[in-house]
Amino acid sequence: MSSEALIIFFLGGVVMVGAGILASNLLAPKSSNLQKAEPYECGVPTQGTSWIQFRVGYYLFAILFLIFDVETVFIFPWAVAMKKVGLSAFIEILLFLIILGLGLLYAWKKKALKWE
Amino acid sequence: MKWLYDFSYLTRTIHEGLSERFEPGTVVILEMLLVGLTFMLLFAVLGLVLVYAERKVSAVIQQRLGPMRVGKWGTAQTLADVIKLLLKEPLINKDADRFLFNLAPFVIMIAAFMAIAALPFAKGLHAIDFDIGILYVAAVSSLGVIGILLAGWSSNNKYSLIGAMRSGAQIISYELSVALSLLTIVVLTGSLQLSVIVESQADGWWIFKGHIPAMIAFLIFLIASTAETNRGPFDLAEAESELTAGFHTEYSGLKFAFFFLAEFANMFIVAGIGATVFLGGWMPFHIGTWEGFNAVMDFIPPIVWFFGKVGFIIFLMMWFRWTFPRLRIDQLLTLEWKYLLPINLMNIVLMAFLSLMGWHF
Repeated sequence: MSSEALIIFFLGGVVMVGAGILASNLLAPKSSNLQKAEPYECGVPTQGTSWIQFRVGYYLFAILFLIFDVETVFIFPWAVAMKKVGLSAFIEILLFLIILGLGLLYAWKKKALKWE
Repeated sequence: MKWLYDFSYLTRTIHEGLSERFEPGTVVILEMLLVGLTFMLLFAVLGLVLVYAERKVSAVIQQRLGPMRVGKWGTAQTLADVIKLLLKEPLINKDADRFLFNLAPFVIMIAAFMAIAALPFAKGLHAIDFDIGILYVAAVSSLGVIGILLAGWSSNNKYSLIGAMRSGAQIISYELSVALSLLTIVVLTGSLQLSVIVESQADGWWIFKGHIPAMIAFLIFLIASTAETNRGPFDLAEAESELTAGFHTEYSGLKFAFFFLAEFANMFIVAGIGATVFLGGWMPFHIGTWEGFNAVMDFIPPIVWFFGKVGFIIFLMMWFRWTFPRLRIDQLLTLEWKYLLPINLMNIVLMAFLSLMGWHF
């Protein structure tokens, strides 16, 4: 099948989850109760909102990921063409990876990879 | 019986049978419905079988019996669990973002459904054969992380938020290693199309043909894909001893079941990709010139080979989960960024060098 058929897989996911949730809404018992609507945290009332600040470390890793993911996208066409192009492709990827490796080394030295 | 060895006979028969009875437009719609229903059935069966297998494998490893009461050897246990979950009240936290809370299971399941579309199950049994197969799978399977972040954020629960954040950091980090280890093999195949990759392994699987770099790549792929599916020892996104259940703490009933199903479906998808790229997909195992042995191996249908290899990788992942203790988040990120990623980059250069010198089969 051609790639237009992807729509059927998208709809498959929607239908499966939708039908399941609908059936469960029809079949399951319902009773409202203030205690049930509390966030599930060890039984004591929760302190403040749960939409809190979280550590900046996650953000650093997100940025590093962005750099290396773009790099991976560059490697995709290179990997496909590697055999046909030969030696020049090998030298070019070597330079590319050395520059990126230096970037990783810099992040490492700057302790961006350290979690504390 | 020849359709068992080449599914294009089966699909052609269905296509011709439908074309005789209906208009061309109706035929396309009917075929799409048939494909959709087949994959929904596959998902349901996968969920039932894999949950049962996981419980039995863990039971064997821990010297227990596992589920034994419902049905012969407990085989109906998962079915009973689904019915139980269906009848549970769907709870929503009073401060939750209701729209995003309900959207999250959809996002996760749609990502799993779209990723499975690209898997080649057997000869001629391939829903959509993209010419950029590996890129497509890498792109779509990483959409699932959006569902996890949505679930964690919208629940308005601190456990959920911490679980989702950890999971996000983990999945995006390990995605790099999954993609790079697959690319190590793409250097040899020269194509991203999964059917071409399978065909290129008719004379031997890449894990054997690609020498040491291919084996290193396979090991990295195993570790990284276990981490990407949030399974133990990398399951700190839902570490039950500290976070109750992580990002799906607030979910109950069937919505919780969908998160569970998506986890097992993702496990099947990464195992399927690993089997296709490293272990020859549906190609049988051949040894050089052993005619008799090869003939016996050819007798086993391709679909059995594919599911056998996938089952083997899934068994390995279950074995990991019940053997290794859980990592901390700093250990997890150290493993990826200071070990797997540099090794992977060097490995891909080594593979390019091997392919340049022609030192592979």
